[in-house]
Amino acid sequence: MSGGPQRSATGTSGYSRRREALARQRTRLWKTLKLLRGSKMGLIGLAILIVFMLIALVTPLVIKFDKNAFSTNYFAPPSKEHWLGTDDVGRDVFAELMYGSRISLLVGITASAISVLIGGAIGIFAGFYGRYTDEGLMRFTDIFLVIPQLPFMMLIAALAGPSLINIIVVIGVLSWPSTARIVRSLVISIKERTFIERARAIGSSEAHIIRKHILPNTIPLMFANTVLIIAVAILTESTLAFLGLGDPLVISWGSMLHYAFVSLAMTNGAWWYFVPPGFCIAFVVLGFTFFGYAMDEILNPKLRRR
Amino acid sequence: MELRRYILRRAVTAVVVFLIILTFNFIIFRTIPGDPIRTLFQDPRISPEDMAALRHNFGLDKPLFDQYLIYMKNSLTGDLGKSFSYYGSPVSDIVFQRLENTLILVGSASVLSLFMGVGIGVVAAWRRNTGTDIGLLGGSLFLYSMPTFWLGMLMLFLLTGHVPSGGMYTPGMDYPNVFAQFVDLMRHLLVPMVVLTLVLFGQYVMIVRSSLIDVLSEDYIVTANAKGLADRNVLRHHAVPNAMLPLVTITAINLSFIVGGAIQTETVFSWPGVGRLMYDALLTRDYPILQGSFLIVAAVVLVANFLADITYAFLDPRVKVK
Repeated sequence: MSGGPQRSATGTSGYSRRREALARQRTRLWKTLKLLRGSKMGLIGLAILIVFMLIALVTPLVIKFDKNAFSTNYFAPPSKEHWLGTDDVGRDVFAELMYGSRISLLVGITASAISVLIGGAIGIFAGFYGRYTDEGLMRFTDIFLVIPQLPFMMLIAALAGPSLINIIVVIGVLSWPSTARIVRSLVISIKERTFIERARAIGSSEAHIIRKHILPNTIPLMFANTVLIIAVAILTESTLAFLGLGDPLVISWGSMLHYAFVSLAMTNGAWWYFVPPGFCIAFVVLGFTFFGYAMDEILNPKLRRR
Repeated sequence: MELRRYILRRAVTAVVVFLIILTFNFIIFRTIPGDPIRTLFQDPRISPEDMAALRHNFGLDKPLFDQYLIYMKNSLTGDLGKSFSYYGSPVSDIVFQRLENTLILVGSASVLSLFMGVGIGVVAAWRRNTGTDIGLLGGSLFLYSMPTFWLGMLMLFLLTGHVPSGGMYTPGMDYPNVFAQFVDLMRHLLVPMVVLTLVLFGQYVMIVRSSLIDVLSEDYIVTANAKGLADRNVLRHHAVPNAMLPLVTITAINLSFIVGGAIQTETVFSWPGVGRLMYDALLTRDYPILQGSFLIVAAVVLVANFLADITYAFLDPRVKVK
């Protein structure tokens, strides 16, 4: 966000106005990237993310893996043909690890997309309409904020049954309260600015104001928030999978750790089975957290002062 | 007078939220597919008459609203139903037994992580933007990014043979005195407590650090410095007490996090608390235990939240103005 009030479009035709808006977006993006270059934390985070995204994209082209190919060669230590040894049913841990990145990223990104959609909508409506709408929506948010999340998710996931979609929905539907609050306070401050008053004066409808003026100004902050939520969602997915609530048909880092735990890999000394997935989770989460904090610091006007 | 009204309002809110959670719980169980009688008695030979009789016994033939009223009355009088396993014992008995063990683990880890978090946070803020600060902050963030259960698994792996691998007491031990029992408990508590502490303290570091940095730029700190007070004095008597306030407020978000951490730690170390109970209930699909544990944990969190709100009002006179 460029900070100051938005200048009104001077172009006459819709086309040139749109082009101007695009150009403005582009300079904004460019400025953000420039600021990001100054943040070591943000750059480290971005580098970690790019590495894992590449792994997730390239893996199916490079590594062949059959998750049903059990063998008697279980808990084999790392060797030339199995870089990270084998698991409790004799499968290659390295291949599982590479494929697991896809599930963790998929769940993290889709779940936080759901969460930001809900949180963003609630935040915008509460902030824009104020009064009873605000009061009602915020009390609703408070309830979700105090409910102990993990037990609630365990309950719902157990009842809904283990599937990837259920896990995504459960995480998405329960992670939005912080987004709603942040977006709400931003919308309240945007609402008071002159360009909104101007839009009202020339007779814009409320729907138009929300769509064209409020929403675009909340997007940068929502983006930073999404990145931070992805980190939490990935941790949550791994925890639910570890507790045995994951989809039994897909391999994720969390489900690897679940099977490592129930097959007692720790006391069997099979470190190659449970150390790598945990490191991957920690690094991806750290990557999203670093990148998210850096973006937040750049895009959140409240924090930029420091 | 103002304070009393504030407390009353908070209390009413907490009660209302709990009633809503109870209602949620009722709705969830009625929206899932499947017949509860079939789930409970997994026997295809039950005759339709017996099914109807069972349905009547459990009150499932009553209108939904009557069921809701009965459910609310039972829940509020402490009757959370009977467990599918554990020989059909009442859920509330089982959960309350386990709650004590959870409080031992969570309580000790919370106190420890609070001291560690505040100490490290103050150092980081005092030396902000130096190598020390970045190192401490980075370390705390990395610990925060780790899955709790994984940290537990690592500890189990590294310490196999040196410490007890799980549980709360050595099975079958006959203690000569209370002291010996206490020592055994401590031996079992040590590693789970350290794991939970390591996971929890990172958040405190970040909060204390940013709050203290804010406070250090306030006018009264400049005044204190100008009066010629020693740095240590300014920090201890002027800055730190005020920087502690946000610690109380964040409990709302943090409690949920602590509960999550406790469930994972208890699971890994077979600590016989509510968390491990929930994990076991997941494996056996013991739904009454699952929902009972959830309700009791939610109630405890609400009470703790309420207490935090009141503490905050006592500590910060500005709250009353609102």
